[in-house]
Amino acid sequence: MTTELPTHNLSIYVANRPGALARIAQTFSRRGFNIDSLVVSPGATGDFSRMTITARGDRNGLEQIMMQCSKLVDVLACREHTDEEVVARELALVKVAVDSAHRGEVLQIADHFRAKTVDLSEKSIVLEATGSSEKLDAMVNLLRKFKIIELVRTGKVIVARGERET
Amino acid sequence: MSENQMNGAEALIQSLEKVGIEIGFGIPGGSAIPIYDALYKVRRKMKFVLVRHEQGAAHEADGYARATGKPAAVLVTSGPGATNTVTGIMTAYMDSVPMVVITGQSVRGMLGKDAFQEADVFNLTMPIVKHSYLVRNANDIPRVVKEAYHIATTGRPGPVLIDVPKDVGTEACTVGLESEMNLPGYKPEPKGYAPETIRQIAEALAKSQRPVIIAGHGAVLARAEKELRQLAETLQAPVATTLLGKGVFPDSHRLSLQGLGMHGTAYANRAVVECDLMISVGARLDDRILGVPSQFCRDAVKIHIDIDAAEFGKLVKPDIRCRGDAKAVLQDLLPLVKPGDTAEWLKRIDGFKKKWPMGYAKKGGLHPPQVIDALNKLTGGKAIMATDVGQHQMWAWQFYHCDQPWQFISSGGAGTMGFGLPAAIGAQFGRPGELVVAVVGDGGFQMTMSELATAAIHKLPVKVLIMNNHYLGMVRQWQDMFYDERYSGVDLEGNPDFAELAKAYGILGLNLKRAADIPKILKRALDHPGPAVVNVEVVHHEEVYPMVPPGKPLEDTVLEHPRRKRGRPTGRRSRPAPAAAKKA
Repeated sequence: MTTELPTHNLSIYVANRPGALARIAQTFSRRGFNIDSLVVSPGATGDFSRMTITARGDRNGLEQIMMQCSKLVDVLACREHTDEEVVARELALVKVAVDSAHRGEVLQIADHFRAKTVDLSEKSIVLEATGSSEKLDAMVNLLRKFKIIELVRTGKVIVARGERET
Repeated sequence: MSENQMNGAEALIQSLEKVGIEIGFGIPGGSAIPIYDALYKVRRKMKFVLVRHEQGAAHEADGYARATGKPAAVLVTSGPGATNTVTGIMTAYMDSVPMVVITGQSVRGMLGKDAFQEADVFNLTMPIVKHSYLVRNANDIPRVVKEAYHIATTGRPGPVLIDVPKDVGTEACTVGLESEMNLPGYKPEPKGYAPETIRQIAEALAKSQRPVIIAGHGAVLARAEKELRQLAETLQAPVATTLLGKGVFPDSHRLSLQGLGMHGTAYANRAVVECDLMISVGARLDDRILGVPSQFCRDAVKIHIDIDAAEFGKLVKPDIRCRGDAKAVLQDLLPLVKPGDTAEWLKRIDGFKKKWPMGYAKKGGLHPPQVIDALNKLTGGKAIMATDVGQHQMWAWQFYHCDQPWQFISSGGAGTMGFGLPAAIGAQFGRPGELVVAVVGDGGFQMTMSELATAAIHKLPVKVLIMNNHYLGMVRQWQDMFYDERYSGVDLEGNPDFAELAKAYGILGLNLKRAADIPKILKRALDHPGPAVVNVEVVHHEEVYPMVPPGKPLEDTVLEHPRRKRGRPTGRRSRPAPAAAKKA
C-alpha cells in the first residue's frame, strides 16, 4: 500500500445508462489512480445514480480525472469533498471466530463501537457496525486479536452538510 | 410486421438521413445485412460508398469531415468489421473529428456467448469514442441516432459509435422518426466562461510587449479564422499554427510564423521561447509542440482558450483558462482588445526569419521538399492536401502553404500511417469540384492502398504523390540521430512498382525520378481528369529539419544534422528501437 498519496472523496452524479460505471472506472485506471472503494446506488430520482469513490493519488492527477469524468456524456456532476464538508458513513459486517470462552471480550469491543450482533453460532459471531471508516478500521484492528474469518465493508458513502450539493 | 411499418434497420437509415448525414462508407457482413438491406430499400438522399477495408471507411469518413465540417457515417459489421475501424475511430477521436460509426452486432440472445463474429465493440471502443451506444430496442433507434449526431458535432467534436444487434435491426420500430433527446449530463457550453475572464485576457494582452498567438484545430472547428486574423492584426502579434490548425491563419500573412514544435519553423519556436505572453486559441498544447512541457513559455503569461475544460493544465498550467468556443470567445474579446505596440518585437521576429529561413537541398537526387514546393507553386497553395504520417507529412506541413482552413488534412494526435489516401478520398467526396492531393510515404501508402479501388470505381480525381524513399523514413531518422545508425526494421526492400500497381486499378500511374521532370510530371497528373498516382523516387536518406530533439526544450531546435551524435532521447535509454516506432 502506498500510504503517502492523499485520499480523496469524490461524488459523481450520473445518468443511469449502460456503460456509465465502466467509463468512469476507465478514467481512473488510465491515470493510475487506486480506487479504495466505489459505491453505486440509486439517486433521489430513478433515472440517476450516485457514485461515491474514495481514491488515492496526487492532486494534479485528481483534477484531470475530475475534468475527464465531468466531460463524460452521462455525468451530471463530479465533485470532491473534504472530510469536514460531509457526513460520511460506512457499514461493516465482520465474522469473527470465537467460542463461548472469548465471546464476552468480543461483545465488549462490539459494545464500545456500538456494533450489533447479527448472527451467532457456537464457533462464530457476525458483528454489524456503522460509522466513519476510521471508526470501523479501529474496531476491525481490535478484533484482529481474534480470528477474523470474513470481513465485508460497503465502502464509504458521503452526503454534503447543509445547503451544499454532494 | 405490416407492409408500411419500418424495422429497426430502416429506422436507422432514415434517422441518419433525417439528422443530416449525407454519406456513408462501409462494408457489410453477416450481422450488418439488415442495415444493408435497409440501405437498399429506404435510402433516399444519403450516398453510400463501398470500400475495401473498414479502416479505409473510417478514414474516409474522417477526411470527409475534415474537408467539410460535416460528419459522415461508417457502416460495418460485427467482430472483425468493427475492430478494423478501431484505428480510424481513435484517429478521429484524437483529432476531434465528428463521425457516426454504426456497427452490426450479434443477436441479443447471443451477446456474451462468443458467437460467430461477436466482439464486445461497445467496451472495446470505450476509451476512443466521445460516446457510444449498444441499442437493445428498435424503438430507441431514432432517439439514439439523434443524440449521436448531436454529441458528435457539438462542443469538442468526436466519434460516436452505435452498436446494433442484428435482431434489433429486424425488430419493428413502432415509435416513428420524431424523437426527443435525453442527455441530462451533456453540456457542450460554447460560452463556459465568465465576462470577468474576457476582461482578464484583454488586460493581459494590453500589458504584453511580445505576444504570440498559437492557433489550433479548435479555431478551425469553431470557424474563427476571421476573428483570429482580426485579433492578430489588432494586436500586431505573430501567429504560429499547429499541424491541425494549418491554414486557419494564412501561411502567407506577414504575421504568420507557420508551424511550431518538433518540426516547426525555427522562427516560430524562437518566438515562443522569447514571448512574454502566449495565447492559445483552440490548441491543446500537446507534447509535439511543447518541447519540454515544464519549460514551455516559462516566463510568459499563458492564456489557454479551449472548449474542453479537460485540456487545461494537462501538460501546461495556464495563468488564465477560458472555456469556450474559439469564435465565441474571440467575438467577446475583440471589442476589448487595444492595438498593440509590437514594432520592436516584429522587427526581432523578422530577424529570426532572415537568420533561420526554411530551405532544402536541391542537388544529388530528388528531394521531397523540392517536390512539395513545386506542387505548392503549381497549385497556388489551393489544393486540399491530405497527408499520411512521417517525414513527408512534416515536409508537406512545412512547404505546402495554405491560406485557408479545412484544407490541410493530417493525422496529428494519433499519427496514423495509412490515413492519407482514404482521407483524401473522403475529402474528394466532400468537395467534388476541388483539387485533392494525397502526399504519402511508401510505408503508409501500403497500409491502406486497397482504397485505390474506391478512387478508381468512383472516378475520383485524387492525385496521390508517393514520396518513395524505400524506407520508413521518420524512424530511420531517429535511428540515425539517436541510435547510432542501427537501422532496424525500416528498409522497405521489395516495394512493388507503384505506377504499375496504379495501372492495374485502371488509374494513371507515373514515375518521377529527375528534378528536371518535376513540373512536367506533376502537371500531367494534375491535368488528368481521373485519379493519378505518381511514384516519386526520392533520395533514400534525407532528414526533416528543423527538429526539436525529444526531451529537449524549444530553445534547442536544431537546423541540420548534428555533427556530433546526440544522446538518446530520455526514457528510451536501454531499449532498442521502439516497437511502436511506426507511430513516431
